[in-house]
Amino acid sequence: MSNPQQLRYSKEHEWLSAADEDGVSTIGITEFAANALGDVVYVQLPDVGSTVTAGETCGELESTKSVSDLYSPVSGEVTETNEDVVNDPALVNSAPFEGGWLFKVRVTGEPEELLSADAYTAFAEN
Amino acid sequence: MTDAPPTPRRTALDARHRALGATMTDFAGWDMPLRYGSERDEHTAVRTRAGLFDLSHMGEISLIGSQAGQALDHALVGRLSALAVGRARYTMICDDEGGILDDLIVYRLGDEEFLVVANASNAQVVLDALTERAAGFEATVRDDRDAYALIAVQGPESPGILGSLTDADLEGLKYYAGLPGTVAGVPAMIARTGYTGEDGFELFLAPADAERVWDALTEAGAPVGLVPCGLSCRDTLRLEAGMPLYGNELTTDTTPFDAGLGRVVKFDKPGDFVGRQALEAASREADTVSPRTLVGLVAEGRRVPRAGYAVVAADGSRIGQVTSGAPSPTLGKPIAMAYVDPEYAKPGTEGVSVDIRGTREPYEVVALPFYRRER
Repeated sequence: MSNPQQLRYSKEHEWLSAADEDGVSTIGITEFAANALGDVVYVQLPDVGSTVTAGETCGELESTKSVSDLYSPVSGEVTETNEDVVNDPALVNSAPFEGGWLFKVRVTGEPEELLSADAYTAFAEN
Repeated sequence: MTDAPPTPRRTALDARHRALGATMTDFAGWDMPLRYGSERDEHTAVRTRAGLFDLSHMGEISLIGSQAGQALDHALVGRLSALAVGRARYTMICDDEGGILDDLIVYRLGDEEFLVVANASNAQVVLDALTERAAGFEATVRDDRDAYALIAVQGPESPGILGSLTDADLEGLKYYAGLPGTVAGVPAMIARTGYTGEDGFELFLAPADAERVWDALTEAGAPVGLVPCGLSCRDTLRLEAGMPLYGNELTTDTTPFDAGLGRVVKFDKPGDFVGRQALEAASREADTVSPRTLVGLVAEGRRVPRAGYAVVAADGSRIGQVTSGAPSPTLGKPIAMAYVDPEYAKPGTEGVSVDIRGTREPYEVVALPFYRRER
């Protein structure tokens, strides 16, 4: 699997897009994480307008066999959530970097340890 | 388990699983395929077409001798001596207190030969108990765990697929029966059994022949949409079919009567059997005081109940516990099996919910199974 070069990654297997002109980044989970979960059947996303904190739980991803916490890779205010993925959680598996994005955040703070695509690939394959 | 080998055991089909890119998982000391692709697609294939399973981790134990049937009557809760040659029966092995040590399928292969199939996690316990309990009978207990690979082909297309590869009379083979034959030119014991709620077959064969049979079934099934299937979809298939799983619905703290499976206990068989006294008491109690009852729950929402979650009444009091839960691909909703207090066991009971990590999610009480195939 390939991890898009233009994204950055957390060790909890989220991806983060570069901020747009309003300082908003899009967040999802990686293909590696989606594969490890199996078929995702339910996602619980943070509320629009709520504040998320880097490294802390902000939602839930449920698959056939397990439930996993969703962490935010950055701190900031949630500006939008992906209603398509709430209605069709399988998008997380079929298009983790595209239609399966999870939520958008106006970033106020990010940790130093976010990884480049190459560094994340090496981390995930280890 | 302290005596488990340090590295998981691999089945004779391990190379096939890896070539197919399976996600592997440790299961009772075995490295087994969890899924090959999407577990939902595998589940649907078994319900609508056909699926191919490697079940070589299951534990086979043979009982051979003129009193093999009597030895099993003594060791198990069923009356296996009355089983006709070529037939199979679902039964249980209990301890002295009536607790379930394992649930089993027993095949009668001949007048003096039975094949007991135990769950992988309990195979050693069952082998030890049978060895001990058969002492004094004209019967030899043989550990055949390494003698067999087990391949299952399940789903509505399975008779056609297997029929193209065997000389055996599948049309004459009833559900819960088995007969010797050849599959893809190699000898096998062909049984019409399974754990999916669909028509299907289980093939007991020599491990050295497993790849040949797997490949032949894969090729014969390709035109009708057969796919390899892992343990993940096997669990959702059996859950939809309302079949209990050892370790979830069945434990040593559960008697067959607790599990609603008291019919497998045959008190009218000749001679004594292990657990009789305790099971007679459990049976009497079940007639007077209803024990917790195993029911089905269907979600109104989308959050999935897991084993161990509390079932609660409208006033928040705990009325039971989930034993298995999963999103049901066939129903399109989460489902669960749960033990609940009898006053909440009636289908349609109002106000029942499951505590899903602190949030009460409403659930409908239904009769089991969730899914029954049309015949």
